[in-house]
Amino acid sequence: MSTPLTDEGQVPATGRPLVVLDDVQKHFGPLHVLKDINLTVHSGEVLVVIGPSGSGKSTLCRTINRLETVDSGSITLDGQPLPAEGKELATLRADVGMVFQSFNLFAHLSILDNVTLGPIKARKVSKSAAQKRGRELLDRVGIGNQADKLPAQLSGGQQQRVAIARALAMDPKVMLFDEPTSALDPEMINEVLDVMTTLAQSGMTMVVVTHEMGFARKAADRVVFMADGEIVEQAEPETFFTAPTSARAKDFLSKILTH
Amino acid sequence: MDVVTDNWDLWVSGFVRSLGIIGWALVGSLVLGTVVAVCRVSPIPLLRGLGTFYVSVFRNTPLAVLLFFIAFGIPAVGINASFYVFGTVGLTVYTAAFVCEALRGGINTVASGQAEAARSVGLNFGQTLTLVVLPQALRAVVPPVGNVQIAMMKNSAIVGAAGVGGDLFSAYNRLTSAQGYAFLPTVTGMAVGYLLITLTAGALLALAERKLAVAR
Repeated sequence: MSTPLTDEGQVPATGRPLVVLDDVQKHFGPLHVLKDINLTVHSGEVLVVIGPSGSGKSTLCRTINRLETVDSGSITLDGQPLPAEGKELATLRADVGMVFQSFNLFAHLSILDNVTLGPIKARKVSKSAAQKRGRELLDRVGIGNQADKLPAQLSGGQQQRVAIARALAMDPKVMLFDEPTSALDPEMINEVLDVMTTLAQSGMTMVVVTHEMGFARKAADRVVFMADGEIVEQAEPETFFTAPTSARAKDFLSKILTH
Repeated sequence: MDVVTDNWDLWVSGFVRSLGIIGWALVGSLVLGTVVAVCRVSPIPLLRGLGTFYVSVFRNTPLAVLLFFIAFGIPAVGINASFYVFGTVGLTVYTAAFVCEALRGGINTVASGQAEAARSVGLNFGQTLTLVVLPQALRAVVPPVGNVQIAMMKNSAIVGAAGVGGDLFSAYNRLTSAQGYAFLPTVTGMAVGYLLITLTAGALLALAERKLAVAR
């Protein structure tokens, strides 16, 4: 079989092209943060983006649901180009789940309301159906018994799991993770990574910006290495971690894998 | 004390009239100020420009100048109304500029990630603002918006001085200049009238602040 396999050794990783970035360029003032980005994420694929800070990997992730605009090039989701503004853009974002480094749970709403707000307001799902589904998802990420609390009453790891449930409640086509464990205390990282690994195994299409190399090895179908706004190298995780080809990737790995 | 007891009806009607100006200006400036603030944070450049223009004009014009401009400028283009209406409108549009800026300050205290998360679950601009950002901004804006509104209540005296008949300031003016009552007791009577309004408003604000603090 020529397609890469996950740990289970059964799920073929690549389906149809779902997210396609074609020659994307972006500047922040004089800084060229995304250079000639060409990238295709296939349905069911788990793509891990790694690289030194300032390499543009978070920006790349945020362009996919247009939280960042691009200067030129095109981004399509399921064959549709990203709309510029307005109702179409809101509809598109509903199909793209996003998990942030700083959780960004709605601070004034209960955990359950956090998870049901999008389905009720953007998808017009009935309140009872949204709550039923919300509770299922909260159970799935292990927060079922905290549904009536406010975000500030939960630990960071719990909040991030709620954020994952909130994104899943929209039944997204693809999930984006922007450094989901970087703001967590070390003992809480695994509980979030466990949820993400389960999600990856369930066949969800995922783009994960992370520094967690263990997760990349275990759950990724493909690792994309970025530096200075460019995609320098991409490969299956085993190949990338054991035999990186570019000097910059070798240098990066030597710094993070030594301890 | 004679000036108060002898002219009780005049004082009461002046007080009620001032309350009327204040009530309309309060509701009007909160509504208009919110609309202008929404314009100023909207993604549409034209609306942002209009909002900024509004604030620049009305925040930077002295209230007395604005009131004369409205009271004499608008009839000149053929629109007529009473000084009471013109004065209340002037006070409203003036105060709305400050309400807008206080609200905008509150909106800026809400972390940008909150709006990003709201947009990420498919909410549009209006939903993001009304369901996520404004409810969180509300608590932060109660003290500054309260300040603006108490200033407005005091500014209503300028509306009276600019020619609205029958309000608290006009009562004072009539008693001292037309009826020859002594200045000090009369001006004290007027001050007490305004204090009744502003101190009550201050107490209500403190109550609102406590309520919102608990709700969070």
